[in-house]
Amino acid sequence: MQIVNLSTVDLSLAATLIAALGIISLRLRLGQTRQIFTAAVRCTVQLLIMGLILKILFAAASPGAIMIMALVMLLSAGQAVTSRMHRPLEGRWSYFLGVAAMFLSSFTITLFALLIVIDVRPWYTPQYAIPLLGMLLGNTMTGVALSMDTLTTSIFRDKAIVEGRLILGEKWRDAIQEQVRGAIRTGLTPIINSMATTGLVSLPGMMTGQILAGAAPMTAVSYQILIMFLIAGGTGFGIILAVYSTAGHLFDQRHRLRLDRLAGPD
Amino acid sequence: MTLFSIQNLHILDSAAIRLDLCRGDCLAITGPSGSGKSLFLRALADLDPHDGEIRLEGKPLESYAPWQWRRQVGYLPAESSWWLARVADHFPGQAVHLYQQLAEVGLSADIIKSPPHRLSSGERQRLSLLRLLQNQPRVLLLDEPTANLDHQSSALVERLLQTYRSTHGCVLLWVSHDREQAARVANRHLHFSRQGVWVEQTATGGT
Repeated sequence: MQIVNLSTVDLSLAATLIAALGIISLRLRLGQTRQIFTAAVRCTVQLLIMGLILKILFAAASPGAIMIMALVMLLSAGQAVTSRMHRPLEGRWSYFLGVAAMFLSSFTITLFALLIVIDVRPWYTPQYAIPLLGMLLGNTMTGVALSMDTLTTSIFRDKAIVEGRLILGEKWRDAIQEQVRGAIRTGLTPIINSMATTGLVSLPGMMTGQILAGAAPMTAVSYQILIMFLIAGGTGFGIILAVYSTAGHLFDQRHRLRLDRLAGPD
Repeated sequence: MTLFSIQNLHILDSAAIRLDLCRGDCLAITGPSGSGKSLFLRALADLDPHDGEIRLEGKPLESYAPWQWRRQVGYLPAESSWWLARVADHFPGQAVHLYQQLAEVGLSADIIKSPPHRLSSGERQRLSLLRLLQNQPRVLLLDEPTANLDHQSSALVERLLQTYRSTHGCVLLWVSHDREQAARVANRHLHFSRQGVWVEQTATGGT
């Protein structure tokens, strides 16, 4: 099967959809017109740059270059997590804890997939490493952001309950178990839903892409199943790490709830 | 014999607070809103970072695990909080003397089957006191324990606390906006003034 290459004209045609959406947003006074255009421009520029970088990376295939690339992706994901929180931790703690959680889960699982499951040689083959890590980080980031945001918001709201439990002599882990469970559940919901509906409602982008690129459907399907499991694992572990470390940061040695370690909503 | 002692504790901009409280002492705490009465109790319950040295039976606060400290130095906030479906769920295990105490504060035994949000604030306040007493604290930090109660229920709560105080030989710190109540229940008196300065006034009678 031949791959149809897209021309600039093809992409411009698709861009008219964004223009139309912008006009509607302006008419309806959604106040989102600028955001729509900025997001579309960012999407285009970022992907073009990514394309150029991948081209260079694929040609070079050096582990050092891939590590640098992975680091940039990780740090950007950390920034996105912090910016989505209504009540981030004071200082840069949300960023540090988010990055640490995503690093431990996404990087470990990507290595697990590269070394053990897919068994690519060499393991840093960029055609495998970068897309895998990208998909893991992207999904883990969504889960981590959701769960960290839910956690800090609910602890702030339930201050009286959490302290009410501390007063009666509970340890901090017991006093916030409800808020911790709620945050983990919220973070896990998107990946559970997407596992449950994939192939039924939605055809995942990666699988579609592989099929468009000429892969046999069953190959694309096996890769998709692998990716789903990796994402579920990565998201789950990332969320648990992020939630427990964030919760722990909100208490001190004397098991006091330290809401002064939360920054206010912007 | 000193059971509970406070040295060099500062609340807001107050001067250093120094207090030695003996078994059976009841300290009334009065003062206008915002003068730091609740912050004082929160510091004693080790809920906020604080300075100074607080000791229970001669041993400093830091030598107790936080949860052990809070079980022995029981804090009753002005607003009670509930998180489980029924009142009874907040009294795990064998509730000690619960039914007797319910009657003593004028509540029916059935009330513990209710969901907390269905109860009046006065009922919840009394229930949260009984919940706190389950830990059998040595020191009770009471933030207006009768604020939402009518005269009769208020008198019942006062009597329950006085009985608890004499049978357990514990220390009560009792924030009250009611000067008459303060004089009635306490043998010592601490006043927070608007400038945040504190004065221990002379004994006001009571037992």
